[in-house]
Amino acid sequence: MSDLLDALAIALKSGLGFQAIFFALLAIGINVHFGYTGLLNFGQIAFAMLGGFGIAISVSKWGMPFWVGVVVGIVAAVVLALLLGLPTLRLRADYLAIVTIATAEGLRLLFRSVSATPVTNGTRGLSAFNQSFIALAPWDTQRRYAILGTSWSGGELWVATVGWVLVALASLLVFQLMRSPWGRVLKAIREDEDAVRALGKNVYSYKMQALVLGAVFGALGGMVYAVGTGSAIPDQYQNANTFLAYAALILGGAARVLGPVVGSIILLFILQFADTGLRSLISNGIIPDTLLSSTDVAQIRFVLVGIGLMLLLVFRPQGIFGDRREVMLDAR
Amino acid sequence: MTHALTRAPEHGARTGPPRGRPPGRFRRLFARTAGRRSLVLAMLVAAFAMSVATLLPSGVASAEGERIVGTLQTSVSGPIPDVEVTVTTASGDEVDSATTDENGRFAIDLPDGAGDYTVSIDGDALPDGVTLGPQGDTRDVTVDNGRSQPVNFGLQDGTANSGGGNVRAIQLLVDGLRFGLIIAVCAVGLSLIFGTTGLTNFAHGELVTIGAIVAWYVNVQGGVPLIAATLIAMVVGAGVGALHELALWRPLRKRGTGLVAALVVSIGLSLLLRYLLQIIYGGFSNPYAEYQSQRAQSYGVFTLTNRALASIVIALVVLVLVALMLQKTKIGKAMRAVSDNRDLAASSGIDVNRVILIVWMMGGALAALGGVLLGLSDQVQWDMGFRLLLLMFAGVTLGGLGTAYGALVGSVIIGVFVQMSTLVIPDDVKYVGGLLLLIVILVIRPQGILGSRARIG
Repeated sequence: MSDLLDALAIALKSGLGFQAIFFALLAIGINVHFGYTGLLNFGQIAFAMLGGFGIAISVSKWGMPFWVGVVVGIVAAVVLALLLGLPTLRLRADYLAIVTIATAEGLRLLFRSVSATPVTNGTRGLSAFNQSFIALAPWDTQRRYAILGTSWSGGELWVATVGWVLVALASLLVFQLMRSPWGRVLKAIREDEDAVRALGKNVYSYKMQALVLGAVFGALGGMVYAVGTGSAIPDQYQNANTFLAYAALILGGAARVLGPVVGSIILLFILQFADTGLRSLISNGIIPDTLLSSTDVAQIRFVLVGIGLMLLLVFRPQGIFGDRREVMLDAR
Repeated sequence: MTHALTRAPEHGARTGPPRGRPPGRFRRLFARTAGRRSLVLAMLVAAFAMSVATLLPSGVASAEGERIVGTLQTSVSGPIPDVEVTVTTASGDEVDSATTDENGRFAIDLPDGAGDYTVSIDGDALPDGVTLGPQGDTRDVTVDNGRSQPVNFGLQDGTANSGGGNVRAIQLLVDGLRFGLIIAVCAVGLSLIFGTTGLTNFAHGELVTIGAIVAWYVNVQGGVPLIAATLIAMVVGAGVGALHELALWRPLRKRGTGLVAALVVSIGLSLLLRYLLQIIYGGFSNPYAEYQSQRAQSYGVFTLTNRALASIVIALVVLVLVALMLQKTKIGKAMRAVSDNRDLAASSGIDVNRVILIVWMMGGALAALGGVLLGLSDQVQWDMGFRLLLLMFAGVTLGGLGTAYGALVGSVIIGVFVQMSTLVIPDDVKYVGGLLLLIVILVIRPQGILGSRARIG
């Protein structure tokens, strides 16, 4: 029983911690791309990586202040979005998907390559760039705080607080934008691109704006993650994370303002609960070691996400809150 | 996140030289292109900032404590056994020494833990024709906590300067041809599946991995010769392909699932299968039981191991057979007809579902064969198929998504392009060429070389 309570507490912390914020911000960005505009961006993690490394490189390599790093990260993400959008936004959905996933994977492997080691420290990554941010916390970051049966260090609590404020602001922005004329054009593009074009709107330009906006949210997510872990390692930014964010978005409901946020909290809660639960079942000997060892548990979360994505898409593509008519399911 | 954790076992586990490329050539390439590297890199970053590194430095095995590991070999001599390797501390005290085994490998444990060490080899014990690289017989290394530190001596075997750059270009051309043909074998199914069903199948890489892993289990654990194991793996691959179609995609088509939804489902399937494979097979890379310690044969201007030659021949024969089947047989014509216009094919009496099922089986079997061929040169890994997937997409898109011959042509071009690009860019970012090419094609000619305009929609 105490195991179960522990697992619930750990899962709750995970659902509220910086990882959930990371996925929430990624998913808010994907929501702008996929949910509202119908762009199938599978390279969201690339923007997050640029955000995280924007801070890491600026602070630890160039010795700049933290906030300059934030600006660098956002600018880098915007530039990548423009470079990526320029050739690909005219293409059909599945082509865009292939190009974006290729870019994200390529960028990660470039960052971890030997040639990039002078800048990114290769596979080992960068660390020690978040002290000036942690030092801003209005409370003591050295001691631990107990909230709802979970234990947080002051630093974690500060990152989570700022992160959720960011998520709230991002959601508010998306909410306001999507009920503006601009947002209605985006949704119209998702529904029928040609009709929008016939109305005299520059579809290409709207798509590009949506791509850039979502990319900035992705970069912010990557920054929260980098600051939360205190390190920026290229291999943290694997493609699978994009799909975790997609799973969170679809779980919560695409084309809904709070869909990605709720989805991320629930997804992280479920994943962490399954993780902790399986580990304790294995250590108690309830699941025999021959069937599943504790080193395999880390992989289980992706297996779960894979199954979850398939089931959601097949049986409930609108997720918890969504509206089926608003989810883009067909390629154009 | 868990990624650092899940990746960790690979670091020590990746054995052998990267992509079958001997360390000597690897190092020389670096020396030759050092001046251009930064410029090229800057260009790459500017132009879409992407590339793909291939493998991590070589190590012998995963270990608890700190150790120094490495492999002595060149392309001509193959692995070099019985060479003494000595490790001394920075202050000159000898820590330990070892001799390389029959695979040319050595591993020396460091009881003193992390720190700076000097590794030296006995240059006189090298076989005839093999010489030390320009940096001599010692290397200074820094070993981190808990790390197996790989050391590369960059041995030379005389192929470097015999004929200069042309020979190297031809060697890369042949390597690229082999790689491209393997991509083509894997990608034919991907292209035909797209053509007949419209599905962009992100789970196709897992068909490749499944083939390679099934063959590995049958070959290494079951003791069956590799050729028979490959045939078994192809049968299993065909079965897995049929299972995908019957259990998942056909019901989804009946439900009227949209193409984007199907695409995301295939990603879910890919994640599910990939990580299940990692749980079952583990995060290590393992070679097949046979054909491993072959030396490269010289063919005048290039060298090739027998297994690489066999890979080329097998891939060529299989691809010609596929082409003949598509051209001459009834089912092949039906496949092309369904690819070309599904409704028209159905209305002229072709059983579309049967054709699609056969396409899936054929795609699964070919992907399994491609997986074995890839495992033969690069060893078997749980994510080998996924890493190949993007190159498959690049090849298929280049040739024309949905056309069978396009997949062949495009894949070979991508394979050659990726290998040849190492003439100007570092080896670990060589996939950039392929992926960059993918984007350039999509901009200039989205329908690919052999595709028709109507497909891009």
